[in-house]
Amino acid sequence: MADLEKLKYTKTHEWIRVEGNKGVVGITDHAQQEISDVVFVEVPALGKTVGAGEEAAVVESVKSAFSIYAPVAGKVARANEELAKNPGRVNAAPYAEGWIFELEGIDAGNLEGLMDLPQYEQFVQGKEA
Amino acid sequence: MNFVPITERDQQAMLAAAGVDAFERLLSIPPGIPRAKWNLPKGLSEPELTGLLTGQAARNRTVRTEVSFLGAGATEHWIPSVVRYLFSRGEFLTAYTPYQPEASQGTLQAMYEFQSMICDLTGMAVANASLYEGASALAEAVVLALRATGRNRVAISRTVHPEYRQTLKTYLAGSEAALDLLPHRDGAVDPAAESKITDQTACLVLQLPNAFGCIEEWAALIRKAKAQGALVIVSADPIALSVVRPPAEIGADIVVGEGQALGTPLLYGGPYLGLFACREELLRRLPGRIVGRTRDANGRRGFVLTIQTREQHIRRSRATSNICTNEAMMALNAAVYLAALGKSGFRELGVQNLSKARYAHQTLTALPGVEPLFDRPFFNEFALSLPKDPEQVNAELLKRGFLGGLALKRWDPKLANGWLVCVTEARSKEQIDRFAEALREILR
Repeated sequence: MADLEKLKYTKTHEWIRVEGNKGVVGITDHAQQEISDVVFVEVPALGKTVGAGEEAAVVESVKSAFSIYAPVAGKVARANEELAKNPGRVNAAPYAEGWIFELEGIDAGNLEGLMDLPQYEQFVQGKEA
Repeated sequence: MNFVPITERDQQAMLAAAGVDAFERLLSIPPGIPRAKWNLPKGLSEPELTGLLTGQAARNRTVRTEVSFLGAGATEHWIPSVVRYLFSRGEFLTAYTPYQPEASQGTLQAMYEFQSMICDLTGMAVANASLYEGASALAEAVVLALRATGRNRVAISRTVHPEYRQTLKTYLAGSEAALDLLPHRDGAVDPAAESKITDQTACLVLQLPNAFGCIEEWAALIRKAKAQGALVIVSADPIALSVVRPPAEIGADIVVGEGQALGTPLLYGGPYLGLFACREELLRRLPGRIVGRTRDANGRRGFVLTIQTREQHIRRSRATSNICTNEAMMALNAAVYLAALGKSGFRELGVQNLSKARYAHQTLTALPGVEPLFDRPFFNEFALSLPKDPEQVNAELLKRGFLGGLALKRWDPKLANGWLVCVTEARSKEQIDRFAEALREILR
């Protein structure tokens, strides 16, 4: 289990764990609960460059298909190929085995616009209220 | 209740962007496109009008009134009477697109069986419940390949039906995708064209048999495409698949085709039936509806529409395709047709097409000045070279009760004397002999 305090969050419910110029991206526990059972994940191609807020992956649940946006600009360094066989990992372990892709070449200075955990929790509560 | 999808201001902005001052302008038919003129006398009673129009309609020269040797994408086949009887039964009549599809288990089962038959014919793992027709099915396959590979070049053989290529061009207008046309030589893709397939190529598009009726040798081309990571799309005549190896075995990733030949009459060009099948890995990108088999709460077999999250009513702008409907009635028709023929009947159908076309080829090329245009294997269609203008020959044949072959100059001005002749199981030996005799007289 990742330390949720160390993650950064987006308004579109992605999380990113930044280490140096790399960042692992997934969707939040709140997001996976909302979309319910994930049946398919389309991961980005390795080497693909994505801008902040650009669609990088697609998570498909029994309800619908959802675009997953890159929290920051970067180049796709790794993709979680395991999800092809076990898409349910996004539900079971959204912050661990359910990670979706990793970006490299990111600029840590660009994380300003993202939320920290208390901000994200408040954001989610605000939406539910 | 006032339903206003856009405001007046939205509409003005859209019209300004489109460069017209009124919505009606978008509806008017541009000058230069011929429009039907009725030229009817005024004040006719209904019986008078019906009599007049029935008389005019009877002047149409069709495959019902003439003996046809014309194919080129739409082919006349014999349709067993049982097909029309079963497919027009009231139980199968349904709304244009079923919004509570699971209420119509019979229709869903028929679609499921249709899909299974298309998988059998093509050798593919999954098929959808059909698309509009062959040309748009091919274009949808290309769109799938562009998305799946993230590339934007399309290598397409010039031996693919020119009208299919036009449809594809229309589909891709405004996108970043570019077509690389592979030239043909002697009725097949020029082997030198292989160099046009690169690591930027999303897909290689081929036709089986090709637009000239030829069955090409593709092994090297397909190997190159695979090595470059491109998908291989084959547009196939489903009737030819009765005797030709399934495209899956030669490396096709997607098989599309025009399904009209499977029990649908020529119908002046439509409605026809788009076939679409692919490898299992591409299932989530497959356009159109898919019927699946499942079990209900009591464990009984049932049928459902499945994998619908790809479709536009759920996925909106990210849908795999914006073709939201299918040709359910034509697909049902095709399923009944294939079931009526059965496995051995379907094979027999293919053998009859092969042997009658071969007999016609021999008989026609025995005439002085009539030569094969290409030296390649063919199924039920072949190209000849005539010693006289093929259009003139066709006009003469029509006087004698025959619809002649396609004058190939319509597709390629270089093939001025080219004549594409189609001979299916619907032709008898006697008709072929009479046709050859008529041609002999005309060429004399």
